[in-house]
Amino acid sequence: MNHLLRSHAPISDAGWELLDAEARERLTSALAARKLIDFSGPHGWDHSATNLGRTEALAKAPSAGVSARKRRVLELVELRADFELSRAELQDADRGADDADLKALDEAAHQIAVAENVAVFHGWQGAITGIGEASPHEQVKLGASTEGYPRQVAGAVEQLLCSGITGPYGLALGREQYRTVVETAEHGGYPLLDHLGKILEGPIVWAPGVKGAVVLSLRGGDFVFESGQDLSIGWDSHDGEVVRLYLQESFSFHVATPEAAVALKP
Amino acid sequence: MGFDQYHEPPDELPATTRTFARLCASLTEEAEALGWYEQRIAVETDSQALAIMRDAQGEEFKHFSMDLEFLLRRTPPWREVAQGILFQEGDIVERGEEAEAEAFDGGGSGSEGSYEDGSLGIGSLRGAPR
Repeated sequence: MNHLLRSHAPISDAGWELLDAEARERLTSALAARKLIDFSGPHGWDHSATNLGRTEALAKAPSAGVSARKRRVLELVELRADFELSRAELQDADRGADDADLKALDEAAHQIAVAENVAVFHGWQGAITGIGEASPHEQVKLGASTEGYPRQVAGAVEQLLCSGITGPYGLALGREQYRTVVETAEHGGYPLLDHLGKILEGPIVWAPGVKGAVVLSLRGGDFVFESGQDLSIGWDSHDGEVVRLYLQESFSFHVATPEAAVALKP
Repeated sequence: MGFDQYHEPPDELPATTRTFARLCASLTEEAEALGWYEQRIAVETDSQALAIMRDAQGEEFKHFSMDLEFLLRRTPPWREVAQGILFQEGDIVERGEEAEAEAFDGGGSGSEGSYEDGSLGIGSLRGAPR
């Protein structure tokens, strides 16, 4: 048994399969950053820092005649979303009920996916520098009307090309922007989604938590998500009525090429 | 010829799948080289030539093993089956049948989770639908 303590939970093997499948489905649709950036790992729960290959000078060495430096590393962060499920619902699922109430799990999965997206695209003060805040490019406003979207996205791609950043490019769209793009057909009925796809030559992803949009290169090596423990469900406690579980992950995120992305304001 | 490992249009394949295909092709080439050296060594009579070819075959053992380990690390179900077969005692076919059943029939998920580390095994989603 590992640190997740799953075998302490009063949940059958079939119940765990149900919960894992449900979580995987909910997370996969919402984890936008992982669809666009490099993923390294998982390196395990005991992995605590990412090597940056950098040092900082230390004012004093332990004794005379030597100089000293300290390694700089990127510490991993942990995200955890707690939730509780009715034991009666899980028992009904074991009996064959196909409509078990897993709403709390669904909400926790969405919350932790949003947190990961926000951390990667916008940053997390004191912990992670996000893609948008690292980018040196001017943040252009997308505007309320979708008419300007192709021009703004093409402008972002052109900015990346000017910086020597090759494609293909991907586009992460916030919830509101994504809905608007998907429902819009341009003059002549051509879907806006397809038009943007042709400009980018890469994927357009639904990115809950993102404010506005981010255009970034998919050539690789520019944005690195390092996973310690990948998203997992663990056991916290239980009583006669409910079982308390949590979704958890540890990771670091590092922008290697700040100019490889352009953030677009809502 | 250099892109024969792809059976689908490379542009439509995610980067992780292209890497997987490259390493599979490399694994095949290393296995072929091992077979060739084995045959050459079997018929060679010059002791110096034999020593060189045995040394070269040793390199291929290393390359094949590195390719295989990479692929197993990136493919948890394959790794699970391999763990039931590789470096085990007893009948190889029996071990294989048991490992397959454990990995794909009764195995997976449960209280220990689908993957070795107990995680959901989501990893990279490059190439996943939006």
